[in-house]
Amino acid sequence: MDRPLTENIRPGEGPPGIAEYERAGGYRALRKVLGDADPQGLIRTVTDSHLRGRGGAGFPTGRKWSFVPRGEQAAHPVYLIINADEMEPGTFKDRLLLEENPHLLIEGIVIGGYALQADIAYIFLRQEYTLAGERCSRAVAEAYDRGYLGRNILGSGFSLELYLHSSAGRYICGEETALLNALEGRRAIPRAKPPFPPVTGLWGKPTIVNNVETICNVPQIAEHGADRFRALSRSVDGGTKLYGVSGRVKKPGLWELPMGASIREILEEHAGGMRDGFTLRAIIPGGASTEFLPADRLDVKMDFDSVKAAGSRLGTGTMIVLDDRTCPVGMILNLMRFFARESCGWCTPCREGLPWLARTLEAIENGEGRPEDMEILRRHAGLLAPGHTFCALAPGAVEPLQSGLTIFEEDFIRHIREKRCPWRK
Amino acid sequence: MATIYIDGRSYEVKDGQNLLQACLSLGFNLPYFCWHPVLGSVGACRQCAVKYFKNEKDTRGEIVMACMTPADDGVRISIDDPEAVTFRASVIEWLMLNHPHDCPVCDEGGECHLQDMTVMTGHAYRENRFRKRTYPNQDLGPFLNHEMNRCIQCYRCVRYYHDYAGGGDLNVFASRDHVYFGRSREGTLQSGFSGNLVEICPTGVFTDKSLGRHYTRKWDLQTAPSVCVHCGLGCNTIPGSRYGELRRVRNRYNHDVNGYFLCDRGRYGYEFVNSVRRIRAPLARTSNSSRQVFISSEEALAHAAALFSNRRKVIGIGSPRASLESNFALLTLVGPDNFYAGISDKDFEILNLARKVLRSGAARTPSLSQTREADAVFVLGEDVGNTGPVLALNLRQLARRKAAKFMAGVKIPPWNDAPIQRMAEFEKGTLYIAAPCATGLDAAASRSFHADPRDLARLGFAVASLLDPANAPKPADLTEIEHELAGEIAQALSSAARPLIVSGAGCGSPSVIEAAANIAAALKEIGRPAEITLALPEANSLGLAMLGAAGGIETASSLLRSGRADTVVVIENDLFRRCALETAIGFFDAAKYVVVIDHLVNPTTSKADLVLPAASFAESSGSLVNNEGRAQRFFQVLAPEAPVQESWRWIRHIMEAAGCPEAGQWNRLDDLVAALAAAHPVFGALASAAPDADFRPAGGKIPRQPLRYSGRTAIRAQIDVHEQPPPDDPDSPFAFSMEGDPRQPPPALIPRFWAPGWNSVQALNRFQQEIGGGLRGGEVGVRLIDPSPQAKAEYFQDIPARRPSEEGKWSLIALHHLFGSEELSALSPGVAGLCPKPYVALHPEDAAALGVVEGGMAKVAVDGATYSLNVRIVPSLPRGVAGLPVGLPGAPALDLPALGEVSKEGLDE
Amino acid sequence: MLTQQEVTEINSELAHYEQKRGGCIEALKTVQRHRGWVSDESLADLADFLEMTTDELDSVATFYNLIFRKPVGRHVILVCDSVSCWAMGFGEVLGHLEERLGIKLGQTTADGRFTLLPNVCLGACDRAPALMIDGDLHGDLDEQKVDKILAGYE
Ligand SMILES: Cc1cc2nc3c(=O)[nH]c(=O)nc-3n(C[C@H](O)[C@H](O)[C@H](O)COP(=O)(O)O)c2cc1C
Ligand code: SF4
Ligand code: FES
Repeated sequence: MDRPLTENIRPGEGPPGIAEYERAGGYRALRKVLGDADPQGLIRTVTDSHLRGRGGAGFPTGRKWSFVPRGEQAAHPVYLIINADEMEPGTFKDRLLLEENPHLLIEGIVIGGYALQADIAYIFLRQEYTLAGERCSRAVAEAYDRGYLGRNILGSGFSLELYLHSSAGRYICGEETALLNALEGRRAIPRAKPPFPPVTGLWGKPTIVNNVETICNVPQIAEHGADRFRALSRSVDGGTKLYGVSGRVKKPGLWELPMGASIREILEEHAGGMRDGFTLRAIIPGGASTEFLPADRLDVKMDFDSVKAAGSRLGTGTMIVLDDRTCPVGMILNLMRFFARESCGWCTPCREGLPWLARTLEAIENGEGRPEDMEILRRHAGLLAPGHTFCALAPGAVEPLQSGLTIFEEDFIRHIREKRCPWRK
Repeated sequence: MATIYIDGRSYEVKDGQNLLQACLSLGFNLPYFCWHPVLGSVGACRQCAVKYFKNEKDTRGEIVMACMTPADDGVRISIDDPEAVTFRASVIEWLMLNHPHDCPVCDEGGECHLQDMTVMTGHAYRENRFRKRTYPNQDLGPFLNHEMNRCIQCYRCVRYYHDYAGGGDLNVFASRDHVYFGRSREGTLQSGFSGNLVEICPTGVFTDKSLGRHYTRKWDLQTAPSVCVHCGLGCNTIPGSRYGELRRVRNRYNHDVNGYFLCDRGRYGYEFVNSVRRIRAPLARTSNSSRQVFISSEEALAHAAALFSNRRKVIGIGSPRASLESNFALLTLVGPDNFYAGISDKDFEILNLARKVLRSGAARTPSLSQTREADAVFVLGEDVGNTGPVLALNLRQLARRKAAKFMAGVKIPPWNDAPIQRMAEFEKGTLYIAAPCATGLDAAASRSFHADPRDLARLGFAVASLLDPANAPKPADLTEIEHELAGEIAQALSSAARPLIVSGAGCGSPSVIEAAANIAAALKEIGRPAEITLALPEANSLGLAMLGAAGGIETASSLLRSGRADTVVVIENDLFRRCALETAIGFFDAAKYVVVIDHLVNPTTSKADLVLPAASFAESSGSLVNNEGRAQRFFQVLAPEAPVQESWRWIRHIMEAAGCPEAGQWNRLDDLVAALAAAHPVFGALASAAPDADFRPAGGKIPRQPLRYSGRTAIRAQIDVHEQPPPDDPDSPFAFSMEGDPRQPPPALIPRFWAPGWNSVQALNRFQQEIGGGLRGGEVGVRLIDPSPQAKAEYFQDIPARRPSEEGKWSLIALHHLFGSEELSALSPGVAGLCPKPYVALHPEDAAALGVVEGGMAKVAVDGATYSLNVRIVPSLPRGVAGLPVGLPGAPALDLPALGEVSKEGLDE
Repeated sequence: MLTQQEVTEINSELAHYEQKRGGCIEALKTVQRHRGWVSDESLADLADFLEMTTDELDSVATFYNLIFRKPVGRHVILVCDSVSCWAMGFGEVLGHLEERLGIKLGQTTADGRFTLLPNVCLGACDRAPALMIDGDLHGDLDEQKVDKILAGYE
């Protein structure tokens, strides 16, 4: 039981159908939870499990759930939204769960929904995840058929509707408040907080947004308890984690490992190390909006606190590898273009600052950089700090740049001095 | 009060504000773009950044947006913190990346908030060396220029136009640094409040197209405080003139009246002042000619004076669009018994009724700005959007206020706009509308009901009787729907904290007003805080009613026909718009000699034997009483060129020439104000509407021209290279000069909002006691009507009968248009282009039964005359009711409502 | 005019949202599924149906990159241009695609067969470089593979 998220997954065979999922012990946790009839206790268990959000920010899930108002007077409907918008470059972990084990997700949703006393749940799915969409739809229909969804689930008196919402593009939809606007049929502009979604979220009603991987952890916590979940981890955070590697490694891919596995273990044991002829220069540990860690930091443990201590963020836990034959300036330029394009256009620093950064990087990469560009890049990177912008997109966007300016300073300067990209033929 | 600390010093600020409001109220220069005092905060532009410290020990602090941070007790911030200063300058730098830097050719230049903020943050040199983004612009109709390249994406335009004003045809498109603000397809903006975009937009994206046609920089505009003359609400304006021409009208903030916004009729209607139809010299019809010829003032006065010395029997015809002072001068000239109101007898009755309801009725009438505070509103019989536009804009806010109240429950302050707006989008305000057919406000209403005016009145009586069943009269035989609706409305009004009844003269039905008054009285009777607002058609409708008159036009006409009078003096009035054509023709046929004092050629002036050129509102000073009973003073903004002068001055000269003693005392406006107050106790407080002409707190007059006025000697240099002496103005404390008292005058005399560092309309912040509050120095205008709180409810008892279903008779009702129904504004080219053509509106089934289609022709027979009109299909009209537009250029003047016939053109005969 | 089929599909989606406008993105996508793109006319019809103004709906529609307000080809190619694919040879793949199709990013082939669009990370970083055609994901691309894939879409 050391791969609770992926043990049922058999690549190439398609996801387990409901019968198969049940045979493997699926929906047992749900039955247990509905039998215990103690939603508050369930939230406490999740809190004790030290489950932290897998969407990137690492917020303790139990704590988040505890913010939803309770009691007779509490507003309804309460919404539970699954963030399946996964668009962070370098990230491909939720797709695996959505495509290969949708019933695990659904079971997590119903259990989480029960803990929150939610009435309606949505899976907010990015449009390009078409296969995931098909498989989830089928699984949802099966779950409705078996009475795991809908009115009076398994005769418990608890009801939950689950809808699949297929989005229409734009990375910013993954930001949880922008997601709410998208789901309400608006432009996906983030919302100011307060009001916080657990109190005033979708259509002004209490709303919890959780990542796919986060919710997939819930059934095992409900079934086996908090201690067991914490024990799965090698760090203070509970559970296992889906770690991924992309770039010039021998076996790019995704593995479920104890939380706190080291970068080295993931990179060398699981991804098979660098491809022949390529040398590791640095990694971006958790999706495009996390800082570079240089090649000498391979012993950092991939948990929230350790990566933070090392000067980056765990983020989504899917790392991108920079090799010696790829231009770091070009890589940062690619990232910056992405973020500039995906800015929602609401706040000034992000809407205007990111394109300027992208153009400056482009100039450097094209051999048109000027010495003062280094200062411009540094200044902006500092200005687009958390709190300066409306949401976390722009601060995330400058993280790789900011670290890159230090780690690859020499490379930048060479571009400017030689008026060309040394990696281009 | 809360104590906050700014850069180490402590300040007391009002509770519930955000830090930006607090800092601006305290007089700090803190830049901002997306925040607006009415629209609230959304934190988009990031311009208002300050450093926030958690406590005394926190020395690092963090950047926060002042507009999104509550100014709670104990909050510590720094505006001068270097990091905050740098960040604010950087925001400008970002905003300017794509800006075309075209200030020299930009109409906003010199009064541009973006310019001000750029200077304020200290950003000067850009390091960006890349290409700018460019956008296509759109033709948005006659009122607004669109230059998207100047956009700084503050989102204010959409938040104002769409969220606040309810306009559906302007929005934001695309995303990232490609966001575009405009229409999905090019075309004329449909909202009647589009002109406010000029003041909402902090830069030159939306600029005033009418100004552009005769462009002048702000610093070359001569300005004075004024009052809009295009409906009865009395919104305050700042007209600007140059070289004898009126160039534009801007909003003049009055906390109690219009606040921050005007309607497009008010903003763009001004161009009649420059019209080619202006009368610039006296005209007379020589005895044996039918042609009018120009004569000198002396001759004109001699003619006029002769009328009085010839012992002719003279009557005066006043006007609801002329100032109190001019009406009063005429009244004095002819004597109160011979002074007539210059509107139809029925309209006069309605005005008197309105005056009675407001003065002696049980409920107080709120000021225009207070109408925004109501939490349940019943609009009875009035298409407010077209008869009292800014009132309609206020009523639109009911949903937002409701949402704000709910949000306050979850501790979201009223300035945190986004959550409130989101909620307001799917909440309707407690707004009930009963009108002859669908109005623009219906979309904002929880329920609307359409019926013939008589049935509307019956519904109103029913509501009153449900509220106070013991005393209020009850209509018989209500339909089930009416009964149920009346119950719902009564319930909503009686459970509201501030219920408001809105009605007015729009239907032309006294019963409707009586029914509205009964509802207000009934609410009062059951101990609810009732308020009533009546929309009245013209700038001085109520003032005229308060002045009193012997009757309306029909009464005056019969006097003429009886021979008891033979001579008529008409001021500022076109009688052909006031009553049926027959009546007007009869009137002039019966009059032996007609003197008309007005500013524009119209059918009435062409009937005159003597025409005297009157000054328009822009060339004169005087007082108007709005529908609230608030007397407000407007001031000359440009000197009329002799012999054009105020109507009352003409009358004064006539009196002098005729040897009347009163006239000798009328040397300036203040003399009339005093005489008026002495003659009529209701006008006792009129003098306090604004300081008098002697007001000189520091010895000098108040300059109409800003300190930076330029080109002083250029305009007449081909005649005389010397500077002309500025024209004299005995009527006001204003000088036609840039010299004078440089200090800030009291609110009623503020000629423009302008403060050091603040050249745009945003300078207003510097004139308010607190942001969004009253102007420093007190109220503007004076309320002349205040019913005593003890006033007892007296119910009107005459409930009209249900609309008769007379075979073949149609109920003809009045329909109003923002653009076209008002006489003067319809002469502005921009407005004229948007006036509909005359038409008759029919229910689709009625049209089908008649065999007419949209755009086809129908005949309307009423009062013995027949008119051919284009058919307009209006599904919300009741069956058997035909709507006829009021006052449109080319439309017949009719006394509506009336019974008449409608038939297909060319069927009979 | 919306077809009966479209109305039925949209209505079944609308039932999932507390507010009618909540379903507007699904509604736009429904129209797009049937017609390939959302024309001005469809947009106006849809706005009427959803009780929104055209401008309100267009404001939403133009925000999202996968709602097409211009005609597209029979097959839409979304090429991932994000970091992992970029590092693994996106440039060569794109160059090849552009050459084969004779169009640049953002364009449609003259025969209306393909529209070529850049897209954010497709979540296939372990199979980079990747692209998606009409919802089918293709990874581990090289020039030969691209040719073979294209041949599968007429
Ligand atoms: C720009 C931006 C994009 C994001 N995209 C995603 C995403 O695609 N999926 C996701 O789960 N969280 C995303 N997040 C994080 C969410 O805002 C939110 O924190 C998360 O869904 C909460 O779930 P968790 O607590 O289970 O992690 C994004 C955040 C930002 C600022
Ligand atoms: S940082 Fe600002 S512009 Fe960027 S995505 Fe967030 S809110 Fe939108
Ligand atoms: S004014 Fe505060 S962020 Fe725009």
